[in-house]
Amino acid sequence: MAALASVLIVVLIFVFLFSNGLQAFRDIDVVSFLTGTIWQPVSEQPKYGLVPMLTGSLLVTGLSILFSVPISILCATYLSQVASPTFREIVKPIIEMLAAIPSVVYGFVALIIIADVIQGILHNPIRLNALNASIVLSLMVAPTIISISEDAISSVPYEYKEAALALGASKWEMISKVVLPSSLSGIFVAVMLGVGRAIGETMAVLMAAGNAAVVSLNPLDSVETMTAVIAIEMGEVTFNSTHFYALFAVGGVLFLFTLVINLVAQVIVRRYKELGR
Amino acid sequence: MTSKSTTQTIAFLVLRLCTAAILVAVFLLAGFLVWNGAPVLSLQFLIESPREGMTAGGVFPAIVGTFYLTLLTLLFALPLGVGAAIYLSEYADPRRRRTLYIIRTATVVLAGIPSIVYGLLGLGLFVLFLRLGFSLLSSALTLSFLTLPVIVSASEEALRTVPMSYREGALALGATKWQVVRDAVLPFATPGILTACVLGVARAAGETAPILLTGAAYFLPQLPHSVFQQFMALPFHIFILSTQSVDPRLTRPLQFGTVLVLLLLVLSLNTVAIVVRSRYRRKYRRVSG
Repeated sequence: MAALASVLIVVLIFVFLFSNGLQAFRDIDVVSFLTGTIWQPVSEQPKYGLVPMLTGSLLVTGLSILFSVPISILCATYLSQVASPTFREIVKPIIEMLAAIPSVVYGFVALIIIADVIQGILHNPIRLNALNASIVLSLMVAPTIISISEDAISSVPYEYKEAALALGASKWEMISKVVLPSSLSGIFVAVMLGVGRAIGETMAVLMAAGNAAVVSLNPLDSVETMTAVIAIEMGEVTFNSTHFYALFAVGGVLFLFTLVINLVAQVIVRRYKELGR
Repeated sequence: MTSKSTTQTIAFLVLRLCTAAILVAVFLLAGFLVWNGAPVLSLQFLIESPREGMTAGGVFPAIVGTFYLTLLTLLFALPLGVGAAIYLSEYADPRRRRTLYIIRTATVVLAGIPSIVYGLLGLGLFVLFLRLGFSLLSSALTLSFLTLPVIVSASEEALRTVPMSYREGALALGATKWQVVRDAVLPFATPGILTACVLGVARAAGETAPILLTGAAYFLPQLPHSVFQQFMALPFHIFILSTQSVDPRLTRPLQFGTVLVLLLLVLSLNTVAIVVRSRYRRKYRRVSG
């Protein structure tokens, strides 16, 4: 029975998100929810357009992945192929610690120091912005990407490496032409899970991004993500109002995003394992 | 040959720099938080309540709240999580691949669900549908869902490291399946399962978003004395002090202090887990090797 708990919880999430979320569409038109560019739930004529949050989430996630992926993968390559075992044993727990730091702590750091540093360098007028959130997010997703891609890189069979070396390849040629290409699908999974982590992150983004529900792809603007709008507005909303249900609908969209990302990653992992057999 | 080795030198240098960049970020982060937080930490800070409209005093109620919350979370998540792990590793018929696949996929999916979505579930299911209200109980139940995948996967790993020969030995002596699990497998997996608990607790202690929607309170004059009351918690305290108070700059030292308390709590739990796990792995490598 206990084993089915995970399945049951997934089902419960489905039921409660959608039973509440779908009620929003008694008052809001689905198309205007998904394509509306204005989110003004508290006004004479409330408007529930999801687009500002979609672009907000995508901008912050995209930038953080852009910052994090190259450094994380190169770091994983170093730890797996070049570093001495002692160095690896010391560094891996330190990186694991990064993953253990609560997101509210990251948010705090972004809020009080990273924002100042960015403003000091770029002299941007808006202190809390998408760039600030994505810098702190890139630090948060790095451990996920590093540890999963390191596993993938380390699992490349010895025979491949020895064959490359026997053909006269240098160590770097072996890494860049044999090891990395053959661990590509594992690295891809690592990036996917990093995206999943970034898009679902709430507190850090909420504290760092400034939370202005505007459609913008400028990293120096304040943006509001799907996660942040739920966290902020759920505290002030009247229960069982359209606004309340609309926030559940936002949660439903967010859930679908992470569900698809995780399922795709899972399918790749499975296929990869079968190939390896 | 020269160009080949030059390329390699440059490439390795880049790899080293990337690794160094991450380590520097970690040390800057830790240094910054310790440097600013350490002067605030004192026994007083840990055992006093906030005073003067939360601009002075300590974080005692938040520590107590976090303690109750994680304890209650573990109470719900542990039996479920360990039960699921025992089923997956000991009882599940490997031929029923479909069931196993569904359970495993569900666990992976759960691990990837954003914490705010758990918050929504907690609000919809526990606070409103089951009428538990904004309470310690609602938050703990929500967090137990969130920590379940952590506990399942870590306990399953612990159970799998117990060598097959232990199980075969017990079976050969005529033990039933449950006796095998109880006497030959669980005792040896205990340190690993404890690790799983510690990781689960560390995760639960640091979460903010789910408790924001299900029961954490800004300020309470008294400690909670029932599971149906609201509570203060360290992560929520940090969030409130640094974003919602009248003058966040005034309480900055308090914020740094609270951050350091939370960080020390979560990181020491994780360190314990990592140390226990690596000892444990080494031990069984010796046994099975």
